Amino acid sequence: MSRAKKNNVLPGFGLTCGYTLTYLGLVVLIPLATLFLRTASLTWEQFWTTVTGDRALFAYKLTIGASMIAALVNAVFGLLTAWVLVRYRFPGRGILDALVDLPFALPTAVAGISLCALYAPGGWVGALLQRFGVQAAYAPLGIVIAMVFVSLPFVVRTVQPVLADLDQEVEEAAASLGARRWQTLRRVVFPAVLPSLLTGLALAFGRSLGEFGSIVFISGNMPGRTEIASLLILTRLEEFDYAGATAIAVVMLGLSFAMIFVINVLQAWSRRGAD
Amino acid sequence: MRWGLTGAAVAFLGLMLILPLVVVFATAFSKGWSGFSAGLADSDSFAAVKLTLIAAVISVPLNIIFGLAAAWAIAKFEFRGKSLLITVIDLPFSVSPIIAGMLFVLLFGAQGWLGDWLAARNMRIIFAVPGIVLATVFVTVPFVARELIPLMQAQGREEEEAALSLGAGGWQAFFRVTIPNIKWALVYGVILCNARALGEFGAVSVVSGHIQGVTNTMPLQIEVLYNEYKFVPAFAMASLLVLMALLTLVLKHWIEWRSARSLAQIGSGPDRAIAPPR
Amino acid sequence: MDAQFKSGRLLTLTVLAALLPCSIAPVSAQVTLLNVSYDPTREFYEEFNAKFAEYWKSKTGATVEIRQSHGGSGKQARAVIDGLEADVVTLALAYDIDAIADNSRLLPTDWQKRLPHNSSPYTSTIVFVVRKGNPKNIKDWNDLVKPGISVITPNPKTSGGARWNYLAAWGYALRHNNNEESKAREFVAGLFKNVPVLDTGARGSTTTFAQRGIGDVFISWENEALLILKEFGADKFEIVAPSLSILAEPPVALVDKIADKHGTREVAQAYLEYLYSDVGQSLAVKHYYRPRNAAWINQAESPFSKLELFTLDEMFGNWRKAQQAHFSEGGVFDQISVKNK
Repeated sequence: MSRAKKNNVLPGFGLTCGYTLTYLGLVVLIPLATLFLRTASLTWEQFWTTVTGDRALFAYKLTIGASMIAALVNAVFGLLTAWVLVRYRFPGRGILDALVDLPFALPTAVAGISLCALYAPGGWVGALLQRFGVQAAYAPLGIVIAMVFVSLPFVVRTVQPVLADLDQEVEEAAASLGARRWQTLRRVVFPAVLPSLLTGLALAFGRSLGEFGSIVFISGNMPGRTEIASLLILTRLEEFDYAGATAIAVVMLGLSFAMIFVINVLQAWSRRGAD
Repeated sequence: MRWGLTGAAVAFLGLMLILPLVVVFATAFSKGWSGFSAGLADSDSFAAVKLTLIAAVISVPLNIIFGLAAAWAIAKFEFRGKSLLITVIDLPFSVSPIIAGMLFVLLFGAQGWLGDWLAARNMRIIFAVPGIVLATVFVTVPFVARELIPLMQAQGREEEEAALSLGAGGWQAFFRVTIPNIKWALVYGVILCNARALGEFGAVSVVSGHIQGVTNTMPLQIEVLYNEYKFVPAFAMASLLVLMALLTLVLKHWIEWRSARSLAQIGSGPDRAIAPPR
Repeated sequence: MDAQFKSGRLLTLTVLAALLPCSIAPVSAQVTLLNVSYDPTREFYEEFNAKFAEYWKSKTGATVEIRQSHGGSGKQARAVIDGLEADVVTLALAYDIDAIADNSRLLPTDWQKRLPHNSSPYTSTIVFVVRKGNPKNIKDWNDLVKPGISVITPNPKTSGGARWNYLAAWGYALRHNNNEESKAREFVAGLFKNVPVLDTGARGSTTTFAQRGIGDVFISWENEALLILKEFGADKFEIVAPSLSILAEPPVALVDKIADKHGTREVAQAYLEYLYSDVGQSLAVKHYYRPRNAAWINQAESPFSKLELFTLDEMFGNWRKAQQAHFSEGGVFDQISVKNK
């Protein structure tokens, strides 16, 4: 604290930092501490067998795998969407641009119900997919779809400002020097957006890891096939097995924490890149 | 090439965003306007709307004050453990809502750490309005702070220092210099925070107790109606939340437009926050 | 400006603001009961509560308001254990009330002996719902394990109704295989192999089957099956009664400590007893629950299927044993799910 004040004439550090810590302590840290305390009622062996049980292992794999696929899908289509929104003018562009934020504002349960209605075998899109022998709802694909939906805005919104700031003259110069279109893209545009693309990817991944509300409606919830980690925690709670539930929650929490830490490092990197 | 890319992007957004919206409204109005309005007339539904608004009205201001304080401390000062602090602020955003709800059950539930203490004083937190507010506050902690931190970091502290050297007090500098500089980001953060507060489902579901007309929020009431095979009322209520979401987006765009204009007037460079809205 | 003083005051305010939501339970002159129940009873209790309030008013002159909470049976039991202040619980199966007695000691463990008929004023059973015309020709439990049949049931881990489904299938298999446990396990494993979607609750499964069009047969409470025909149209679905099924007994109980704390023991007790009265029984029939008075079932216009029923106790001993063997962590259902994947 004293270090902070030495070269800084601004007041209010004690007040704001104290307030921040108190508030976080009351609202976030104390509740989180109970999670660890409750898990501590297990012995190390009990904890280990709980968090490495067949069903738990499968649930992590499914949750992480589906989150990764969803993040990759969003990286590709998010980059494409950002590019189109920044570079091209076409009717309805403003509306599309606004709609990108919809998943932030739409309650996840509503999203789950409508996605399920849409992608179930009897739904508008589901019926179409069914004809090609693809099952979307009640299959791992449904989980990916729900995750793509909830994390859709991240890549678009991280890449968009960088693309907008990118000097089109640099590209034009590259083109005038004889660079082909894809060469310009690969050598000039891509390196510039890469840090923000990675940030968006990591954010989308982190958001997907924690998603619950929309997935329960569309996944089918089959243990060992379409059961995600959050649902397994809920199942443990229904069995009055608090320690088991908190043990799995601790694992997921550790994952989330690691994820956000990576995001913050990436963001620091992309900020440096922007300077 | 150009139209191909545009087509692909439009198809992707259409499939993922627009069609689900159409489903909500198509079902809500499948029995016409009368079916839609009848769906919302129920007294339990009305209570749910009220409770949702109460939760938002309490949690949003709390998180505004927190967001301002946290951003001030983090953006204007250097101290050890800053990145850890930012990570903790972000945590509620990627924690599963089930875990978030469970935390408060472990803390305030009858079997929880404070259960006996609360029971002895006849105080109720979970399965009552306070629990719902707490769960909502928890999941919306990061929104305002994460909008403000990158912007205030980018702006530095020269302007406030100048104000102080001209004899202004700390609060004066804050209200006259800082707030005008960050107002659009602040409003944007508030809008997102509010949207999330209105729509939270998982965490609130764990701590609500589902007492009809008392502790059901709008998203929970949607689930109740859906489970009663009252699909039209369920989607009618969902469409209210969608309308709120769309209104939010319109507001957001209006704000972006205003802030772009005000930046252009000042003539300073566009300090667009790199961090996305969350 | 005294920053130190300011900061101190603001901090105090903050702490106060954070604690503000802790409200104190209001004491009202009017008597309020909270009935914590499971999903399919909404419509029944909505009507019953109005009738009981009328009855109570005429009998004692006092006004009673009954609040309802509905959800999955296990989730509701957990909420009561965690402090949801239910004066009475009306759940899907006895084990959930046992769990409340075991984990929170809010009521004695012999609660089930306190009211007639195992504390279950109404019963139901497990039947099949198939699509109109029964295209897959499903007649009995053994049709459900055939390859190519898609079966919809909720998850026995999270839904009380699904546990009755599971135990009904198990009982049928035992009866038809000279009580050989291994054969029964094989049978039930085969059945769950045909299940494409496990919703967390009975109503979720209904939506999957009726709205989304998934599955050939839906294993359901009889009362829910009859409601599906009413809500979604008897021209779309029909009910098939298997040759043998389980007598599902959804129990009710007074939560002693909560009722005493609220001073509502008398009215809560009367509320539960009223379920056994003619008014309660006729309302149960109206909402497709089987009444305890057998005369109602055998009436000509009775909607109930005629089939042979076994009780849980004769096949499995009691709910604690059934729960322990089949649905606990690592129990038979878990073993089956791991093997089936």
